[in-house]
Amino acid sequence: MIKKFTTTVSAVALATVAGMATADVRIADVAELSGAGAAAGAVWHDGIVMAFEEINASGGILGEKVDLVAYDSQTDPQNSRAMVQKAIDEGTYVLMGTVYSSSTVVNMLVAQQNGMPQLTGSESPTITAKGNPYIFRTAFGAQKGMPKIGSYLKDGLGAKNIAVIWANTEFGKGGHDAFVKIAEGMGMNIIADVPTEQAQVDFAADVAKIKSSGADAIFAYMTEEESARFLIEAKKQGVDLPIAGDTVLISQKVIDLAGGAAEGAFGHVGLTAEAPIPAIQEMAKNFQAKFGYGADHNAIKGYLGAYTVKYVTEKIGSFDAEKFAETMHGLCLDAASHPGVLMDVCWDDTGEMSRASFLVEVKDNKQQITKTLPAN
Amino acid sequence: MTELLQILISGLSAGAIYALAAVGFTLLWQASQTINFAQGEFVMIPAFIALALITKLGFPVWLAFIAAILLSIVFLGAVFKRLVVEPMISHGTLPLVIATIALGLLLKEAVKEFYSPLGQPFPGLFSHDTISVFGAAVSFADIANFVVAMGVIAGLQWFLNKTRTGRCMQATAQNPDVAQILGVDIKRMVLYTFLINGALAAIASILITPVYLAKFSNGEVLGLVAFIAAIVGGFNQIKGALVGGLLIGVIDNLSAVYISAEYRQAVPMILLILIIMVRPQGIMGESEGRAV
Amino acid sequence: MKHFAKFFPLIALAALVFAPLGQGNYIIYVLCSWLLFSVAAMGLNLTLGYAGQVSLAQASFMGIGAYITALFQLAGYHWIVGAPIAILSTFMIGLLLGYPALRVQHHFLAFVTLAFNTLVFLVLRNEEWLTGGSFGLVGMERPSFFGVSTMKQLPFYYFSLVVFVIAAAKFAWIINSPWGRAFKALRENPIRAQSLGVDTKRITLLAFAIGSAYGGAAGALMSPLVQFIEPGSFGLIHSLKLLLMVVVGGAGYFYGPMLGAAVVILLPEFLRFTEGYYLMIYAALVIVLMVYSPSGLIGLGSKIAARFRPQKQTRKDMNQGAQL
Repeated sequence: MIKKFTTTVSAVALATVAGMATADVRIADVAELSGAGAAAGAVWHDGIVMAFEEINASGGILGEKVDLVAYDSQTDPQNSRAMVQKAIDEGTYVLMGTVYSSSTVVNMLVAQQNGMPQLTGSESPTITAKGNPYIFRTAFGAQKGMPKIGSYLKDGLGAKNIAVIWANTEFGKGGHDAFVKIAEGMGMNIIADVPTEQAQVDFAADVAKIKSSGADAIFAYMTEEESARFLIEAKKQGVDLPIAGDTVLISQKVIDLAGGAAEGAFGHVGLTAEAPIPAIQEMAKNFQAKFGYGADHNAIKGYLGAYTVKYVTEKIGSFDAEKFAETMHGLCLDAASHPGVLMDVCWDDTGEMSRASFLVEVKDNKQQITKTLPAN
Repeated sequence: MTELLQILISGLSAGAIYALAAVGFTLLWQASQTINFAQGEFVMIPAFIALALITKLGFPVWLAFIAAILLSIVFLGAVFKRLVVEPMISHGTLPLVIATIALGLLLKEAVKEFYSPLGQPFPGLFSHDTISVFGAAVSFADIANFVVAMGVIAGLQWFLNKTRTGRCMQATAQNPDVAQILGVDIKRMVLYTFLINGALAAIASILITPVYLAKFSNGEVLGLVAFIAAIVGGFNQIKGALVGGLLIGVIDNLSAVYISAEYRQAVPMILLILIIMVRPQGIMGESEGRAV
Repeated sequence: MKHFAKFFPLIALAALVFAPLGQGNYIIYVLCSWLLFSVAAMGLNLTLGYAGQVSLAQASFMGIGAYITALFQLAGYHWIVGAPIAILSTFMIGLLLGYPALRVQHHFLAFVTLAFNTLVFLVLRNEEWLTGGSFGLVGMERPSFFGVSTMKQLPFYYFSLVVFVIAAAKFAWIINSPWGRAFKALRENPIRAQSLGVDTKRITLLAFAIGSAYGGAAGALMSPLVQFIEPGSFGLIHSLKLLLMVVVGGAGYFYGPMLGAAVVILLPEFLRFTEGYYLMIYAALVIVLMVYSPSGLIGLGSKIAARFRPQKQTRKDMNQGAQL
């Protein structure tokens, strides 16, 4: 115990001295490196790793190299909270993570209490609605994408009665509530509302229900495996209605799992490696070469999040967490002078971000961009 | 009407698989008082064994399936009995329950770490093409699942009732001491039970994974359903587990559509509680007299 | 040896009082977590270790306790109002659940409690108007006592410690009372206990209800500790975790649950360097432990200690006791 005490004291002493010397700046990433969210969290982390390596190779941030430290939340919200506490105890400039909304909602309280700026990859609308002045997104909340997909369903397809199938979790409910609000506001009717369980395997009943509901389009908001299982069952029962989603439904993982059943599904994505933007294409290529697998939206989120830290710090000229948070509110970074953020991006007072996004359709087992939509 | 028919058919198809898992669970309980909390993981693992053989060693699909069944019989059957169950059988049921909980966790984590945390597509034995039955879509896989599951269980029934070994196994389950006196090698009979469970789990795995997609968390859902099906159906009868499995499959689907999708999981649970309170031997079970 | 046993609680208490000093917030947080899980595990130990009933619903009682406390806090009442109500409610619910459920044979109780746990989870998740649903309840303040705020981690630790000590003292009192002896009789041989006039049904029900109330108390502590509760923290997997704590620690021993909770909560900290493998290592260790020492770690300790003590030799023919 005494040993721990002296180590802590010396660490604190060193850290204060470090501010003066050309030591490293410590940045913590709390991510889902194991557990159900490992697919998302590990990829997010790899995106950050790649970004900071590039940053360090070109001189670091304000002349200091970045020391990236990873903490595994194990996709458990309580554990993620503990890890954020640990990261803050062990000292970090800013906090990156988590990806899963159910974890972020919990752990951002700790960051907030400690005045720690946090860049998250979560998309649940509630995260920027809680009045936390230290939270910032790297991907806009689900509520931003819904108006775009809603307009397409209404104006593009002329759909009137929508069936919504969604995962009954923090993530799924957030998307569901956002979509329903938009759709009903646009005058469309939610003719079937089908909640499903996380890790649900049997979708026969849900598809049967949708089939007999008289819907003319479907909106699906579940996680990867469930989306794939749903698509497979829908194809099996001969459902030929347009199926729309946001981010997950049309991701490459779901396309691969659904084995052809995803053909024709479409939706809105904020970030995709298929985007017709040279900076993103370049990043995806480097990612594939470095890690041996393809970058997905989580990798891109992490990557540009890391670069955001660099640019904002350089803007304020010092490693001041309080100033960091202040500066980010109302900040816009354009991709031309800040290549690391890949696309023009702006943050508002709640930490919500706006950016252009894409409408994609699944053709030949790949995502095809059909439209680029402006930021809202 | 089409909707109802679709739900019933899909329910029976899923239920047939639950029945396989439930039958194995029942056998273990009967023969050796083993409440196997890892039964769900036992149905998850063979698919990954097959998948590993196909992707890492380039086995053709049919060979990988046969190998998976054989390996399951050896590891989930014999090795499980020898290493986990046998040393603990004298300590009572609770340590064994805890050990099987831990075993389920171990298997789950091992697959997650050493194979992949992501879901994987799995080759189906039967075609997914569908035929229309009064408007409901029935795939050949659905029909095949049902037929194979029923066939296996019928075969098992025949084996237990009509062959000498089968009757020895029944005797061991009913009264091991007397069976031993009468010359039955009870250790071997118990071993056979475990081997059969391994085979049943592997068959269920191969049938269900094309639909479920291979994922380390598949066992959670399947395990729970196996217990409920076994108890509701009547766990001292093989046909009880069969009835229980089919019933749960159908009820689950019916409640999702006609009662409440949000409380879908609640219905089998409530059924479980009711059956335990009102008729603990299950729907098909025979009442066991209480031994003082 | 006897003297040591008498002084052990005092030594342990002193250790607990000094443990968090000089540690970072994170470590203190983990210690608080250990204390509250020990309370829950103590309750389960009463039900399982002393009364011999397998309950898989302890996490749901924690959940009920946590939500009741949180709802009262969010409505503006001090924790000290919500917590006793939570404890009383879980006691009553334990009685209501136990009354019909305990009429069945004990391995069935496991399944009834399993079903109950799932039902509670579903209600917590679906009834958004009351519980916040999947979004959970957030923003519970940490309570202040006599002007001392427990907002910081260290004061909160001492608050948890007070609750823990009260719970443990109560438990010790129960065990050493006539009830406690009746529990032990029930566990050893229910039929003989019954023939001696112990009302097994009432005693078992009481054990189950008290155990559930301990779960509720742990939940009442959890709510201000984590300041965010959601249904997922009280699912079946957590009941299994609590069961593991009790059995691994040593069911039926007084210190068993605390040791078990320490293993389940603190061991992952030490094994963290193994990253993804630690759950596998942990599971494998549990299996090995069950094979060699089904009475848990304390049982293991007893066995090892017994090796060092001079052994009494018994006559082999008296092993079975007197036969008539």
